[in-house]
Amino acid sequence: MAIEILKDKCIGCGLCFKSCPYDAFEFEPYTGNKAGKVAKVNAKCSFCNQCLTACKFGAIKEKAAEAAVDLSDYKHIWVYAEQRDGKLMNVALELIGEGYRLAKEISEDTKVCALLVGDGIAHLADECYAYGAEEVILIEDPLLKNYTTDAYTKVIYDAIMEKKPEIVLYGATHIGRDLAPRIAARCNTGLTADCTRLDVKVSSYIEFAKKSTTLDTSTLDPNDPSTGIKQTRPAFGGNLMATIICPRTRPQMSTVRPGVMQKREKVAGAKGELTVIKPNIKEDDIHVKLVEIVKSAKEIVSLTDADIICSGGRGLGGPEGFKLIKEFADKVGGVVGSSRAAVDAGWIDHSHQVGQTGTTVKPKIYFACGISGAIQHLAGMQTSDIIVAINKDPDAPIFEVADFGIVGDLYKVIPQIIAEWDNAEALYDASTK
Amino acid sequence: MAFKIIVCAKQVPDTNVIKINPKTGTLIRDGVPSILNHDDANALEEALKIKDQYPDTHITVVTMGPPQAKDLLLECLAMGADEGVLVSDRAVGGSDTWATSNTLEAAIRKIGEYDLVFAGRQAIDGDTAQVGPQIAEKLHLPQVTYVEKFSIDKNLKDITVQRQLEDGYETIKLKTPCMLTAIKELNTPRYMTISGIFTAQKKPIHVWNAKDIGVDLTTVGLEASPTNVFRSFTPAPKGKGIVLEGDTEAEVSKKLLVNLKAKHVI
Repeated sequence: MAIEILKDKCIGCGLCFKSCPYDAFEFEPYTGNKAGKVAKVNAKCSFCNQCLTACKFGAIKEKAAEAAVDLSDYKHIWVYAEQRDGKLMNVALELIGEGYRLAKEISEDTKVCALLVGDGIAHLADECYAYGAEEVILIEDPLLKNYTTDAYTKVIYDAIMEKKPEIVLYGATHIGRDLAPRIAARCNTGLTADCTRLDVKVSSYIEFAKKSTTLDTSTLDPNDPSTGIKQTRPAFGGNLMATIICPRTRPQMSTVRPGVMQKREKVAGAKGELTVIKPNIKEDDIHVKLVEIVKSAKEIVSLTDADIICSGGRGLGGPEGFKLIKEFADKVGGVVGSSRAAVDAGWIDHSHQVGQTGTTVKPKIYFACGISGAIQHLAGMQTSDIIVAINKDPDAPIFEVADFGIVGDLYKVIPQIIAEWDNAEALYDASTK
Repeated sequence: MAFKIIVCAKQVPDTNVIKINPKTGTLIRDGVPSILNHDDANALEEALKIKDQYPDTHITVVTMGPPQAKDLLLECLAMGADEGVLVSDRAVGGSDTWATSNTLEAAIRKIGEYDLVFAGRQAIDGDTAQVGPQIAEKLHLPQVTYVEKFSIDKNLKDITVQRQLEDGYETIKLKTPCMLTAIKELNTPRYMTISGIFTAQKKPIHVWNAKDIGVDLTTVGLEASPTNVFRSFTPAPKGKGIVLEGDTEAEVSKKLLVNLKAKHVI
């Protein structure tokens, strides 16, 4: 939504200048106030709305969006239940959980539907039901055995046109981020990438905003009955969060970062509706030839499932530091993570990277060892239950988010934690006596 | 006939050097340089490698942005591209990825013939990775994203790429024309050379507005974009915890374990 300056309210104070990440304000002469000038928005404006709450004089307003078209033909929430090699991706189950929550917020009779695309994958329907899917839409064909952009876009687009879902969610995986933009473009609808939070009710959004953001919610009405999706995502390298809406087109589409949403508790034997769609797909529709899929020999790192992550950064001083981190992780039953700096230095593979351009994690305990805490790294781990930072530099930004900090040489501290790990219970008992 | 490549590039603020003012919660943008988006540099580099091998290759870099985005084109020309196109018009400002891809589609159609469109996977300011596939959709081109390895047959038709996956890769064959998006694993972008900087000044740069590219004005810009920013804000800082102190590493380690136990996380 565009920004409008109400000249009669602007006093020319320049508060809005400071709030703007894009340097989009300038002054223009104006005779109606003491300062003799009012703010003006220039071409650099990216419509981030940061300035809305910065103005203390009510002089900045969003220009109202045009009237909504009738969108009521669209109903239910679809989750693209991504499978590879006949196995559901974890993010598919997380999205079924999230889709269920959103569906019930929209209305009692809004369903969450899992969209299964592949060949010989009907058995996955039960797993979708068990995690909360009320309906499974099954699209099978030998030409869909492996993912190709062309084939999957076509069959999912056809299904969307036929069934008209209100919302479609995809995991922000290497496949989801290839597929979703293509489908959204074909549907001529909006798509929001890499969401970390979704809301449909304004009241839920307000609650979220109050709890975990700096957003001034006074301009939002908790009784607003609209249920358009509000998609919150990091922008500007994690320096800003933006909430995106898709008010005029349907379906509303989001890709969601793996590891962020909650699965529902598994109900073994749960059943739901099954809809089989016979796809209209021919070999000529597919313009690429998949030659092979190679699983790298590199160790599978399941950062998103880990309860404990031991991460190393530049402070390790070299690749050999990851030996200690590995020993630490083995001792505590965790997995090895890393900062981008360590990956860029070539000390460890990218698959271990936590952060904005790596994996988002929220383990029970996150040990940040020799990690200074760049904003991009924090964006990927700050929702961890407990963060422990071990760093030589007492001023490292990581200490700003750490629950427990240890200022010291990680090569001396970590061996001590390893040595005492099994004694934790006894140490705790002794401390409470 | 010369092999024609179009590289899509974006000028972005270097998000790595942006910091938040902890007191006001606003971005500190002073001295933040504008740079050629990283993945786009990889896309350009791969195009230049094709040109190294087949000197007849013609590379056009297309970008959309404010007038100063011309600097980015100069940089690309100095690296070795042949021609630059800047689409700059207030009418396309505020575009989301859908509207942006409409603009770039129109610009690419105006450029005319091409064999390959190469873009970066995503830009570091938005991180959406959507514009590449959306241009491909509108140009009806097959696409491969996350390209980490590229080769082209000497017939300049058959392309083989490796597409990165989270736990490995897939090998894909396809034919020109097509759209590929590059990631940093693909190559190491070259630097501009002194002579490159000199010759760049003589290479053509076209600045086009929305009318020039003949794009439907109802499909670009803020008003036409299906997505809008509802609100934006800085993330709430997580409350600062406690720094554990002790005379020896053993002592602080023990304190840590007691605290973790007390929180019931171990």
